[in-house]
Amino acid sequence: MLKTRIMPTLLYKDTTLVKGAGFDSWRRVGSAMQAVKVYNMREVDELVFLDIAATREGRAPDFDLIDDLADECFMPLAVGGGIRNLDDVRKLLQVGADKIVVNTAAVSRPQLIGEIAKQFGSQCVVVSIDVKKNGQESYEVYVESGTQPTGLGPIALAQRVESLGAGEILITSVDRDGTMQGYDVDLISQVAEAVSIPVIASGGAGNYAHMAEALRAGASALAAASMFHFTEQTPCEAKLYLREQGFATRI
Amino acid sequence: MTRTVIIDYGLCNLDSIARAIEDCGGDPFVTADPKALRQASKVVLPGVGAFSEAMNNLRKSGMSDALSQCVVERGIPFLGICLGMHLIAQGGEESGEAEGLGWINAKVMKMKPQLPEERIPHVGWNEVNAIEGMPIFEGIRPGADFYFVHSYYVQCAPRLVAGTTPYCGGFTSVVADKNIMGVQFHPEKSQKPGFRLIQNFLAL
Repeated sequence: MLKTRIMPTLLYKDTTLVKGAGFDSWRRVGSAMQAVKVYNMREVDELVFLDIAATREGRAPDFDLIDDLADECFMPLAVGGGIRNLDDVRKLLQVGADKIVVNTAAVSRPQLIGEIAKQFGSQCVVVSIDVKKNGQESYEVYVESGTQPTGLGPIALAQRVESLGAGEILITSVDRDGTMQGYDVDLISQVAEAVSIPVIASGGAGNYAHMAEALRAGASALAAASMFHFTEQTPCEAKLYLREQGFATRI
Repeated sequence: MTRTVIIDYGLCNLDSIARAIEDCGGDPFVTADPKALRQASKVVLPGVGAFSEAMNNLRKSGMSDALSQCVVERGIPFLGICLGMHLIAQGGEESGEAEGLGWINAKVMKMKPQLPEERIPHVGWNEVNAIEGMPIFEGIRPGADFYFVHSYYVQCAPRLVAGTTPYCGGFTSVVADKNIMGVQFHPEKSQKPGFRLIQNFLAL
């Protein structure tokens, strides 16, 4: 049976890993290399590495850094931040990324998704969708690290990128990010129902029970950052808990 | 030391497989040059990517002929990984008009979900149940998890099936025909069982 993936998310800004709340108030949480080494030793299911400053600073991904990190990483590595064209994608794959995470470009240049899928296959394109709640009911997609509203709804965007060839969707609630109050399960279930590609839940995980909630809402995989940076909880214990709850995990 | 030639067709992450082979005690050599196959004692065709682009690149460089000569005629042990496993088939739904290398009697088909929770691509860790006596699975527990990321699979004659994985009703995740082997998962990303498989392959 396919196992539920637990994916620690590493956010990178100004030469170090950071973690904030609501995509703001960034705290430094240590070196990227150190984190990759630890997670590699613990044999986590997959890692997500996002350079959250690249697009806003108008620069390309830091290929040398990714090269160094990938050298320590014998599990799948998804890399995002600053990806604008096929050349960036090719270079990232060459230095050791397994998947490419596209966020701002999925809105500003959606044809890039199709181009990546055609050249490198759908399985290598993860579209990251950052969402804020507008009022009670409606959701809106934001880009450029959650700073720019797009006027798009997450379902419409998720369906569009699926049809363009995206292989997975990383859906992040900006409101829940860093709060450790739990994933936005409504958002997750709406998106998971709307597409047939795997959906990775992100934003708000604070404990193992939150992870089970997101899986019941239809998530195929779980991304988490704060609960691993700031608490004693670990991906391995999460999987033991989820297994007890009846979910298949890789122990 | 035996030289393991890793075929570069310009579309994928080759660093990981090269590092994994090195870590497993092998001598990896990444190349797009068909002549390099003359010195090969093992050949790895890695892969993510799109079938037709990959075949075009292999044909353009003359690599497809050199590969056939090396693997099919000389019998050098060959491991195709993911798309590299698909490329040794004849073609199929993944390839459009493109023909594969055609070393095994097999077609590449799109995965079709059988259960509501089954999504495509098939991404993540899943079991591999290899047939008994497969040398590359020596010392690997039956049902060990390997890392998959793909939307297509190889459909082939039962005699070529060397391992299966439970998804979409069960599919062939390992094929073997003498020196020619293919795995749907990524051993280079599958940690301990993956590295064991690579060590076993290097020891052939």
